[in-house]
Amino acid sequence: MNVKELYQKTDGWLDSFGREERSLIAVLQAIQEEYSYLPREVFPYLAKEMNLNEAQIYGVATFYENFSLEAKGKYVIKVCDGTACHVRKSVPILNKLRQELKLDDGRKTTDDQLFTVETVSCLGACGLAPALTVNGEVHAAMTPEKAVALLAELRREA
Amino acid sequence: MMKEYMLIDKIPVPIEGEKNILALVQKAGIDMPTFCYYSELSVYGACRMCMVEDDRGNMHAACSTPPKAGMSVVTNSARLRKYRKNILELLLANHCRDCTTCEKSESCRLKELARRFYIEDVRFPNGKTEPERDESSVCISIDHSKCILCGDCVRMCNEVQNVGAISFVGRGSKMEVGTAFKVPIANTQCVGCGQCSAVCPTGAIVVQKNVTRTWEAIYDPNTVVVAQIAPAVRAGVAKELGEENGVIAAGKIFAAMRRMGFNHVYDTTTGADLTVTEEAAEFLERLKDDGPFPMFTSCCPAWIRYAENKHPELMPNISTCRSPMQMFGSVIKEYFEHNEKTAGKRIFSVAVMPCTAKKYEAIRPEFKRPDGTDTIDAIITTQELIQMIHEAGIDFKNISPESSSMPFGGTSGAGVIFGVTGGVTEAVLRNVEPDKTYSALQQIAMSGVRGLEGVKETTYQVGDQELKIAVVSGLGNAEKLIRKVQSGEAFYHLIEVMACPRGCIAGAGQPFARSREKAERAKNLYTTDNMTQIKRSESNPAIDEIYAKYIGRKAHSLLHVHYKVKKK
Ligand code: SF4
Ligand code: SF4
Ligand code: FES
Repeated sequence: MNVKELYQKTDGWLDSFGREERSLIAVLQAIQEEYSYLPREVFPYLAKEMNLNEAQIYGVATFYENFSLEAKGKYVIKVCDGTACHVRKSVPILNKLRQELKLDDGRKTTDDQLFTVETVSCLGACGLAPALTVNGEVHAAMTPEKAVALLAELRREA
Repeated sequence: MMKEYMLIDKIPVPIEGEKNILALVQKAGIDMPTFCYYSELSVYGACRMCMVEDDRGNMHAACSTPPKAGMSVVTNSARLRKYRKNILELLLANHCRDCTTCEKSESCRLKELARRFYIEDVRFPNGKTEPERDESSVCISIDHSKCILCGDCVRMCNEVQNVGAISFVGRGSKMEVGTAFKVPIANTQCVGCGQCSAVCPTGAIVVQKNVTRTWEAIYDPNTVVVAQIAPAVRAGVAKELGEENGVIAAGKIFAAMRRMGFNHVYDTTTGADLTVTEEAAEFLERLKDDGPFPMFTSCCPAWIRYAENKHPELMPNISTCRSPMQMFGSVIKEYFEHNEKTAGKRIFSVAVMPCTAKKYEAIRPEFKRPDGTDTIDAIITTQELIQMIHEAGIDFKNISPESSSMPFGGTSGAGVIFGVTGGVTEAVLRNVEPDKTYSALQQIAMSGVRGLEGVKETTYQVGDQELKIAVVSGLGNAEKLIRKVQSGEAFYHLIEVMACPRGCIAGAGQPFARSREKAERAKNLYTTDNMTQIKRSESNPAIDEIYAKYIGRKAHSLLHVHYKVKKK
């Protein structure tokens, strides 16, 4: 992690959103947008700049599902587990992916930093159920087999 | 203006500026069940134990509802009782019930309310989790499995102390009180003030104990156990030991400790007199040299750690005087190691303190002696002392008071008031004021240094010099004052800082007390001062003797300290 660059970029967001407590979520979102997670090094820096405490910021970061504290893989796979996808059997797809990649509920990213597997509550693509996204791109009507094929394809591409 | 009233259980209660219904309920003589309410913390409204019912059958959380004229509420009804019992059962369903071995047992709010509401059985399956302890700090220990998520500690640490070592982390059923990235508490900016444990209603945050180590030293025939007792301790033991609150208990403590097997018992007040002598000299020196100002006091280890963490730039402003405990500790080891009666034996130096942060001060490398040993070997909090007295089965109420040991037996009133906010300043003023008459003493007492407010600002004229003085207690208050000083908005010659609101009488090592009892403790110390013939530290004959006979040329190295400023 290039910490100097991280601080520089963070300074920019702090300048545009403000250094008040109420700007915290906006700043965290900007950081996550850029890095796809919240690097640990940014916490003490934000605490100092925004006159907050690290534990407080950590509290906010762990409250929202959307914030991630771990670096994510090159491919972020989000398996939809909204009602429509769930009844059309999204769980076996998720399990298959996790099994293939040796991940579980607590371990979301592979050691080689290639894949991250998460669930989302609804992608708003219920007509395509069961659906998943890879870096935001939707794959419709999935099955466990198709998911395995997809992994192979992504590996080749990588 | 006509007085406005609210009906509490059909009794009219006048509204006199109270911020919430809870305060009126208390005024009506009802002790409300609460978990998450403390008048000095912000209102959280999470536990729902304080509900009241209005005449339309609506429920209100009394702690977070402002009083309204003409409103009528009841504090006890069939519905309220059912709700409260339900809440307690739900809390108990997730809680261990090992009360016999829990150290908070005597003062656990959860246990108290469970008994008050007569919970005989918990209908829900027991989902208690395994103990999850953080023992990394020498001051406090945390067991997450006993936490009921009232958030009292979080608000104390953030709002009152401005430290913010802990916060709510995670969400929903995974939420817990934790540190950033769940690192051990010792690796955070925690200053060890222990105020979180003082407000924790259960055994989730408790003070670390040194009791076993102390008993072992007492049992060992080759060890000489020497103890010193801080000023605030004598004002904190009464209630728990069956005395009227307000009884001045120093003499009885000395007697009880001798019976328990302590070989020598001294009064840290003597150490405080050393501190006053050194600190006043340093202050006069700075007045002559024109600074650096403000000079901050240095007795409170939690404040020192706060400054190191958050304001390393202020370290040169902090007095180099060791705390009374450390000064006296140095003298004790120096004396007993060179005394022929005790030479060759192990000297075990115990300090009985109202304070949890002292446990950290005691292990600081700056206080290692040239031979590598610590100046102080164990810190016993007031609560631990009470426990040891109970353990020994001593009938405290009927024990005859004794005096402290010799040498260093003398004390002064100036040293005693160290235990309350403003006391250090008052003691220093008594020393620097050249007028040594009774009326000068009165004038100092009335100068605005007394009182339990968190921030006191005053001036005091010494000769042709007007001294600007501030006295703060609570680190949040200290922070506000520091900002004023750093922005140039205010200037002071002397700033006294105590981390615990109201000073050491309300330290986290003292038994739990409400505001009124804390005020009693302060009064207790001022009464002791009134009853002591020697008012000024420099008039304490023990002090001259210590300098002349026991420490001589080593005085500076034994009584001062230079904290190593960490680079940020
Ligand atoms: S001991 Fe003091 S600083 Fe440490 S967590 Fe508790 S309240 Fe905060
Ligand atoms: S105010 Fe007194 S009791 Fe509290 S941390 Fe400081 S020295 Fe200890
Ligand atoms: S005391 Fe009112 S909700 Fe806890």
